Amino acid sequence: MSFPWAKEYTPASGFTKWIDEKLPLPRFVYNAVGAGYPVPRNLNYMWNFGVLAGFCLVLQIVTGVVLAMHYAANAQVAFGTVEHIMRDVNWGWMLRYMHANGASFFFLVLYLHIFRGFFYSSYKAPREMIWLLGVVIFLLCMATAFMGYVLPWGQMSFWGAKVITGLFSAIPLVGEPIQVWLLGGYAPDNASLNRFFSLHFLLPFVIAGVVILHIWALHIPGSSNPTGVEVKSESDTVPFHPYYTAKDGFGLGVFLIIYCVVVFFLPNMLGHPDNYIEANPLSTPAHIVPEWYFYPFYAILRAFTFDFILEAKLWGVLAMFSSILLWFLLPWLDRSPVRSGHYRPLFRIFFMIFVADMAVLFYCGGAPAEEPYVMISQIATAYYFLHFLVILPIVSSIEKPKPLPYSITEAVLGSDKKAVLGENTQPAT
Amino acid sequence: MIRIIAALAGLVFAGVALLAFFNGAYTALTEEPQHSADHEFHLEAHGPKGGFSFDGPTGNWDIAQLQRGLKVYSEVCSACHSLKFVAFRDLEELGYSEAQVKAFAATKQVPGIDPNTGEATTRPGEPTDYFPSPYPNAVAAAAANNNAIPPDLSLMTKARHHGSDYVYSLLTGFTDPATFEKDGKRLMEEFPDFTTPDGLYFNPYFGNLNLAMSPPLVAEGQVTFDDGTKATVPQMAEDVAAFLTWTAEPKLVERRQTGWGVLVFLLFATVLAYFAKKQIWAGVKPKKKA
Repeated sequence: MSFPWAKEYTPASGFTKWIDEKLPLPRFVYNAVGAGYPVPRNLNYMWNFGVLAGFCLVLQIVTGVVLAMHYAANAQVAFGTVEHIMRDVNWGWMLRYMHANGASFFFLVLYLHIFRGFFYSSYKAPREMIWLLGVVIFLLCMATAFMGYVLPWGQMSFWGAKVITGLFSAIPLVGEPIQVWLLGGYAPDNASLNRFFSLHFLLPFVIAGVVILHIWALHIPGSSNPTGVEVKSESDTVPFHPYYTAKDGFGLGVFLIIYCVVVFFLPNMLGHPDNYIEANPLSTPAHIVPEWYFYPFYAILRAFTFDFILEAKLWGVLAMFSSILLWFLLPWLDRSPVRSGHYRPLFRIFFMIFVADMAVLFYCGGAPAEEPYVMISQIATAYYFLHFLVILPIVSSIEKPKPLPYSITEAVLGSDKKAVLGENTQPAT
Repeated sequence: MIRIIAALAGLVFAGVALLAFFNGAYTALTEEPQHSADHEFHLEAHGPKGGFSFDGPTGNWDIAQLQRGLKVYSEVCSACHSLKFVAFRDLEELGYSEAQVKAFAATKQVPGIDPNTGEATTRPGEPTDYFPSPYPNAVAAAAANNNAIPPDLSLMTKARHHGSDYVYSLLTGFTDPATFEKDGKRLMEEFPDFTTPDGLYFNPYFGNLNLAMSPPLVAEGQVTFDDGTKATVPQMAEDVAAFLTWTAEPKLVERRQTGWGVLVFLLFATVLAYFAKKQIWAGVKPKKKA
């Protein structure tokens, strides 16, 4: 579906007409990211991160495929082949640093994209499916990144794999067999490394598939916008191309500048020195920490230190998985008919507290497992769950939102004389 | 219904987290906070005076220094530490000619196979060989060193926080625990029970303060530098720290030089993209009210 005023693709030459009859791929692209996709005219720069996340995925696949040509997934030589890439492969150091930091920037972009969704309630009807698919993409990215971090077979790779697969051992009765089954042994070894490599190569293509579904689902209701008021007339939209291709082009430039500063000048800033020590099952690092993008969830995992009916470790594992899985429920937890946080004064306060709470969890996840960090992360963890599962549903039903603009055009230009699609500021219930 | 179940789940998770918090707070209030010597008397690594030549985004190698560092490694460190990711051919990057590299490699014995008998033996190194390890295997390394295996040094400066500074600080940081003080506090007064076990050596830059490596750089002139530089302990430490920075990241300078080119291009392209965006949007942006 698209808006009735969407431009139609008209093949200009005989050749493109011929193509359009046999396989209308150019038409498909035109309608997806070309002039055939009308987009709200008032998107701010927070709407750049979807395209940037797509760019990161392509970047990771391209650099990753070339790295895989020089890497060997064998516990005897894996660490050495990474050094071979760094020293002897032409531009190998650049490919590896682009890929390793690419993962970090991918997550940075994903977090901004997700938090955009939190603030503007992008998960609300009619866009629930886009949101659900987005959470699936995020989970797949986490699995892919985790397995990718194991491949260099450094100390953090090995011990990270041991800790993360060890989480499954907290499950009563079947936990230990599941861990052994996942690792292909009692500890991370060649079997684990091989399967992680295989899956690390496969999953990005699964992600690409879900991304296609994500974008497909997006094109049915069309993009949301900062007012949260649905599109009513042609004057509310501009064609994706050239307006948003130009805006995304500029955004991509800014992104690449920051990314390249890190790749070329601070390539190990986001990594951990211990991963330049080859994996050694007999020597445990003083602090085992995951990559920075897992810190908040790692903090939640470690916050549960008290056996209450269940073992503390099991609480931690349940809480960590729930902390992300609960995002699936968001469309049904937040009942406010108003989407945009700009018009929700009470929600906005709690959103700010939530952002601060996530920042605290980030910090505690990277800190050593000692006081006061554990106590701080326990408070922050409690707030995390209260925010989504208790505060958000209550706020959304008691809050009195500010008046919404009549239309996007009115919000941008101050008045709108031509709105035609009628009253549709209320999402379907 | 979904909201009621969710709220209950949220209250349970938050409640258990808070229980853990109160439990932790109770423990923190009732138990003496533990403090340890390695926590309080550990020193942060620092670089040599004036820093290294490769510090900062425009830093560059000091080739003469890297050559001196190679000499320190060859004559001191290599007795115990391997450098397994560095090949002799790499030394051409340190300003040596092909012939010099060949001659240097030939002075090292590397593992080989006797062509007549097929038995394991050693042969003079070739430029394509890697620096040989001082021990045939980890067991031999542990046996010869009081069970502490000397780590490979190829990546040492990337395998520690502030690695170059760390290597320099560690090599110049051996001191006597009896007189050691930090911020005006004496170690032996704060922790009278502190001891350095036999076979270990006190060094405040090392994680737990007691290190299995004996001070390797002890006397001025321990190494004779070919360029006439006076071989003081700090000088040798600085040079070998610089050399190990090169072994860990031989493409460091190439990387930064590439980076400057990339950034100039990106800045130019982004400015163009900005004006393109501005021009395209000029027609639909509301006019600013003056």
